[in-house]
Amino acid sequence: MALERLFRRKRPSGENRDIPELWTKCEACGAQLYKKEFKENLYVCPKCGHHHRMPVWERVESLADPGTFQETTRLAPLDPLGFVDTKPYAERLQAYQKETGRKDAILGGTCQIGGVPAVLLVMDYAFAGGSMGSVVGEEIARGVEKAAEEGRALVIVAASGGARMQEAALSLMQMAKTVMSLDLLWQKRLPYVSILTDPTTGGVTASFAALADVIFAEPGALIGFAGPRVIRQTIRQELPEGFQRAEFLLKHGMVDRVTDRRRLKGEVVRALRHLHPGVPYAPGV
Amino acid sequence: MPLEFEKPILELEKRIQELKETARTTGVDLEAEIRLLEERLARLKREIYGNLTPWQRVQLARAPGRPTTLDVLEKAFQDFLELHGDRAFADDPAIVGGLAYLEGQKVVVVGHQKGRDTKENLQRNFGMPHPEGYRKAMRLMDLADRFGYPFLSFIDTPGAYPGVSAEERGQAWVIAQSIQRMGRLRVPAVAVILGEGGSGGALAIGVANRVLILENAWYSVISPESCAAILWRDAKEAPKAAEALKLTAQDLLRFKVVDAIIPEPEGGAHKDPERAIQNIKEALLKTLEELKGLSPEALYQDRYRRFRALGVYQD
Repeated sequence: MALERLFRRKRPSGENRDIPELWTKCEACGAQLYKKEFKENLYVCPKCGHHHRMPVWERVESLADPGTFQETTRLAPLDPLGFVDTKPYAERLQAYQKETGRKDAILGGTCQIGGVPAVLLVMDYAFAGGSMGSVVGEEIARGVEKAAEEGRALVIVAASGGARMQEAALSLMQMAKTVMSLDLLWQKRLPYVSILTDPTTGGVTASFAALADVIFAEPGALIGFAGPRVIRQTIRQELPEGFQRAEFLLKHGMVDRVTDRRRLKGEVVRALRHLHPGVPYAPGV
Repeated sequence: MPLEFEKPILELEKRIQELKETARTTGVDLEAEIRLLEERLARLKREIYGNLTPWQRVQLARAPGRPTTLDVLEKAFQDFLELHGDRAFADDPAIVGGLAYLEGQKVVVVGHQKGRDTKENLQRNFGMPHPEGYRKAMRLMDLADRFGYPFLSFIDTPGAYPGVSAEERGQAWVIAQSIQRMGRLRVPAVAVILGEGGSGGALAIGVANRVLILENAWYSVISPESCAAILWRDAKEAPKAAEALKLTAQDLLRFKVVDAIIPEPEGGAHKDPERAIQNIKEALLKTLEELKGLSPEALYQDRYRRFRALGVYQD
């Protein structure tokens, strides 16, 4: 082993060393992809169209008008239950914070989207599976309040395994908190667009994510209430092909549109312009 | 079926019974010995029931014979008229509801319904609702608002049903809608957690002005077994998960997830269901009295603020 590593390091070819830096592989079709192009293509495989998970900041850049985003999320999680499983929750939090550079599983702020003033909230699946605890719930409620106060539209990009187990009943209560806060947008007639990405399940689907005026889903995204593993265990049968994928949900009437990420901003802008009472008639802008 | 931790109590009870039987048939005076054992029994009960672990409480919350929603509706209420169906797809037997009187006061009621035996449990899907159950609940919330009657809910579910049909019919969507609908009620809303408060399927009818919980009931984001299966990779670690989840009435009161605890008879509500139901009735009447003076808008605001304030974080 050691010898092999030594040998590899001594290999003079600079080109070979760069391979992991410059190239990546499509998770679905295995195609070799030039990373720079892959990123410019918003993490969609140009060969097969598979939508890979996208880092939160790049997600923000893909939706917010250039130079308009100002972060408002700032809360940090605590460990109210003193939760310990095979590792203390407090340690897990530190590890996620180190790994992602974020305090918790959400990035949000104010911006313009196609010229429409908005609050944009993006869930970070890389942080504890995008799970919703007290911080995520509170940031969403505050985001809604800010949108209502300032006459902004609300856009939430969901990516989450559901409510966070380590905050137990307090996580569960975030479902009610976030849902009730949406009433402020109803009262002010402000639009709310939800974008369901891979994966969106559990207490996030079953609360604010499902209650938008317009719901988009990304192609192939896993979306549902129970996870497929739990369902398989319950019914003891294999699940039908395409079950709980975005296209399945469209067919069953749960989402408005399944939209390719490369066309997503355009469609979100159209929906916001249609709905926002403060935006005048301007088709095709 | 006795619960594992109750076995020492049952053994002692059996011995006392045997001694009494011997005394009766043989005429031997065993009075002193029996009294000694009865004192020991009382001590043992205090010891066991006074120091229940979270996992033991979870077992009590599931004990056969524990009052279900229909038991409460039959005994604490008058003239319960059950209403069926969601007007869209089906009637879900895992959620019951309808019109009733509570001490002469008109109310609309909804609750999860577990079976009281195996056959009924199969028919009621072990109290795990499908989307149509929540749509029925929302229909009844509409009724409560329309006539201005208090809305009372009883929570007792391991969770909403995780199955193919439920997903096809939008389980997540109806739970979200039910949370929203209940949050928007303009009438007094009181929820009582009778046994199991399993996650979103419980919360869907739990967005009340006041949430009450029976002493040995549990309420959390996931069942201890499922939590153990995910975090410990072994469902058998459920007792540890029950501990970690802080799912007992006392813990929930501390985090303000519930507002009050309804006491149970010693050994759990199934030991004396009549007593337990009487306690539930008294708690409901007291709570409705507290909410009596509030206007429809004030009731909405009260509920909004209650849930808005929940959560622990660092600013």
